[in-house]
Amino acid sequence: MVTQYAFFFDAAACSGCKACQVACKDRNDLGPGTLWRRVYEVTGGGWEKKGQVWVPSVIAYNVSMACNHCENPVCGAACPVKAIWKREDGIVFVDTDLCIGCRYCEWACPYTALRFHAATNTVSKCDFCYDAVDAGKPPACVAACPRRALDFGDLADLRKKYGDLRHIHPLPDPEQTGPALVLRPHRDAARAAERGAEVANWEEV
Amino acid sequence: MSLKKKIETASITRRSFLRWGAAVGSSAAASHKLLGAFRRRDPNHALVEAAPPAEERMIRVGCPSHNCGGRCLLRVHVRDGVIVRIDTDDRPGDTVADPQLRACVRGRAYRKRQYHRDRLQFPMKRVGKRGEGKFERVSWDEALDRIAAEFERIKKAYGNQAFYVPYGTGSYNQINGRQTAQRLMNLYGGSLGFYNSYSWAAISAATPYVYGTGVTGNQRQDWLNSKYILMWGWNPAEMRDGTNTEFFVQKAREKGARVVCIDPRMTLSAVSLADEWIPIRPGTDAAMMSAMAWVMVTEKLHDAAFIKTHCVGFDGTQMPAGAEGAESYLDYLLGTRDGTPKTPAWAEAVTGVPRETIARIAREYATMKPGVLYQGYGMQRRAYGEQPVRAGCVLAAITGNVGVPGGWASGIALQAPDGGPFWLVFPTGPNPVKALIPSFLWTEAVLRGTRMGPADGVRGAERLDTDIKCIWAVACNALINQHSNINRTAGILADEKKVEFLLVQDNFLTPTGRFADILLPVCTQFETWGLEDGWKYGDEVILMPKVVEPPFETKSDYRICAEIAARLGFEQAYTEGRTERDWVAWSLDRYRRTRFPGVPTLDEFERSNAGVYSVPVTEPAVAFADFRRDPAKHPLPTPSGKIEIFSKALHDMNNPAEIPAVPKYIQEWESPFGPEAAKYPLSAIGHHYLSRVHSTMEGVDWLEEAFPQRLFINPLDAEPRKLANGDLVKVWNDRGACVVPCRLTRRIMPGVVALPQGAWWTPDKDGVDRRGSINVLTSDRWTPLAFGNAQHTIMVQVARAEKS
Repeated sequence: MVTQYAFFFDAAACSGCKACQVACKDRNDLGPGTLWRRVYEVTGGGWEKKGQVWVPSVIAYNVSMACNHCENPVCGAACPVKAIWKREDGIVFVDTDLCIGCRYCEWACPYTALRFHAATNTVSKCDFCYDAVDAGKPPACVAACPRRALDFGDLADLRKKYGDLRHIHPLPDPEQTGPALVLRPHRDAARAAERGAEVANWEEV
Repeated sequence: MSLKKKIETASITRRSFLRWGAAVGSSAAASHKLLGAFRRRDPNHALVEAAPPAEERMIRVGCPSHNCGGRCLLRVHVRDGVIVRIDTDDRPGDTVADPQLRACVRGRAYRKRQYHRDRLQFPMKRVGKRGEGKFERVSWDEALDRIAAEFERIKKAYGNQAFYVPYGTGSYNQINGRQTAQRLMNLYGGSLGFYNSYSWAAISAATPYVYGTGVTGNQRQDWLNSKYILMWGWNPAEMRDGTNTEFFVQKAREKGARVVCIDPRMTLSAVSLADEWIPIRPGTDAAMMSAMAWVMVTEKLHDAAFIKTHCVGFDGTQMPAGAEGAESYLDYLLGTRDGTPKTPAWAEAVTGVPRETIARIAREYATMKPGVLYQGYGMQRRAYGEQPVRAGCVLAAITGNVGVPGGWASGIALQAPDGGPFWLVFPTGPNPVKALIPSFLWTEAVLRGTRMGPADGVRGAERLDTDIKCIWAVACNALINQHSNINRTAGILADEKKVEFLLVQDNFLTPTGRFADILLPVCTQFETWGLEDGWKYGDEVILMPKVVEPPFETKSDYRICAEIAARLGFEQAYTEGRTERDWVAWSLDRYRRTRFPGVPTLDEFERSNAGVYSVPVTEPAVAFADFRRDPAKHPLPTPSGKIEIFSKALHDMNNPAEIPAVPKYIQEWESPFGPEAAKYPLSAIGHHYLSRVHSTMEGVDWLEEAFPQRLFINPLDAEPRKLANGDLVKVWNDRGACVVPCRLTRRIMPGVVALPQGAWWTPDKDGVDRRGSINVLTSDRWTPLAFGNAQHTIMVQVARAEKS
């Protein structure tokens, strides 16, 4: 019995190709501008002139992220009309029929998982491909990854398989929401804070 | 719509929903949810109310076969004759020997190309000046009659050598694409042929001068036997280079191989596959390679025994007869003749790579064996692109990494033991016209064909009989968009006295299509039958059944050719009575007789809906293993039978400045070190981009969102130009200009800018491209040995642009 579905993401293996992002859009018929899963490019470091050459201390890695279906979903707590639900297997849903477009959830979510759409005045987000999962199949993003960098399962099982890391720079403090997320860090993640790494592709995510 | 089906098929009745602040499960509100009121509104579409779902079919089909570097398997979901969803290979197992062929982001976005509003619908004829882009709808009969009449007129006036079916890579599914037109031409008396390609002209020409063959690559699973992988200008995460190639490198690294990436850009591959990124100035790879060889030789890290038994021309003791006194490779390294030892300090000034880094990489590659030096193709689409190819091969040879598991001979690396996938199975038949030109020199053959001969790379004739008078571009946007120096090419094609008839077949009105006299709408590869095998690597056959009907008045390339053939009087000879599907069956038979004895018949293949037939690779082949074991018994097909570090054949060409007999660094004709740098100080490269396959898939919004077109520039170069991220910039040189947003990134070397190649040329009223099409900037000059494109060798200037 799954008590909390979760994603695993291998930052060391992710190239940033965005096959996950587009597989999600295809499955859910999402137009441009609506990114239930998106890939953050994290870049830090710089260049220093040594003699006649420029030498880089540049670091970079990617973070692919959908909704983390948090153990403590602050989006739902922020919703004044109770349009956000958590299923007993941990999947967090938005009921767009109830949504009034106030965007409090979007404001509350530290992972920018909620996506507002002006034309319908509603938010939407990743639903973990719940119907596929119910049928024993992986979510679209997990099945898509050419590098096999994504996995899914019960949070406890994923932690047994991959460890219990659920934070890498510059993600928010996991204590805020208890993200159902297990991570494997990229080699550069350990040096990211000291080299001032930040999201470099806000225009894409 | 899929939402409804999702809700209906989900077993939500067995679930309960937990509402914030409400009791669990049993409340009336929760029950209401269970009864189906839980609906998700697609933010971009109106909510679709319940209706009985149409039957949905899932068909496994090869991803449309473009020149993408991958051949992947899709699962296409069709409802009411419309593709409603696409997912990818989900075969169980997914082992290294037989991995799933998972599609990349472009395959996953294909629905947006398939149902793009700009697809060509009807045949059209030009009504304005050529290139103006003004067309009028005509019937198929009118279009085909006109084509047949023009073919007959041109054949009579100029002969068959006046026809040209150019290099075009938009459709490789065998029964669709340029080969269908070539078959017609060959039955019609032939057309001027071409050799080599825009992808790898220099590497395909130069590799055999070292090894006598292009089959220099091991099967990729062998990388798991490597201790060291040097990804030199090689970026499989963005250009793929075979489905799963990046996955195999990842697996090799997980197994312990150290991976180093040398590239002007910190590519997606550098980030996700390598332990270290080393930026290098574009066009200087041969300098770093030479300095690495200098380090190996001076520190005695080279494999002297292997060189002695398996190579020629390394030093004065093993020079070929007739060239005994010529400069050996060791002479070049030590500067015996030219006075310049190729030290890391020398190379540092040229490459921008610190001398200690060069020396360290040399030591790593020479000692962490077996190792792979994989050469990407970008560095050989350059001024002297033949040089880094041969220099890389020589490094593999002098470290003794040739013919051993886990090693790699470098060069073009077609897959051992048989050269890998077929490329072309569909029979075009022999071309009665024997003259061939290098693919990149077609504009020369338009302008001065009758003055072209072997000095311009012409093969099969001392002189061409005629200039090119008729071009038939099928799945080809290389006439304008992908050929160099667009402004020059546009001028050549606009002159109706030169090319008298220009026929274009495509899915979209490409920049090439704008120059058509007749423009024919072709169906996509989902709308006809085809098949494909692996791209360069791989051991699989992928079926491409027709999954939906061609829309509007579109037809397959094959059908169009058959109808032209009918008007020319040889339809039966062209079709041999076969439909597209029949040719797929024919092609499968050919595969069964050759590489794939176990491949099923078409009926079996179709019935199983397997989509793919694959042969697991459990014992990967290693190129040159026999030669390694016994060079006397298994000599290479070179003149000496050995690895030719020094090539007597090149020596005899007597052009040492541009075609040296040993690989050398040669300063490019446009360079940061030349006088042109005063005006144009930035090197510009046009890398492959995941939003397109070259120019195919332009305009797909999901891809443009993921990978917007823009100029990548280092903040150190942006700062003096007062550029902020996202600013519109003008990029220009003497050949042209484009205006495009810029993206400031630390992931590119200072002094270098990158403009992803393939964006569609979109000139404004002043002739300035507004889309960022790099070929307004590139040069039409070709490489000396291969007559290949040198499109990455350009210098530019960048400044802030005003919005127009």
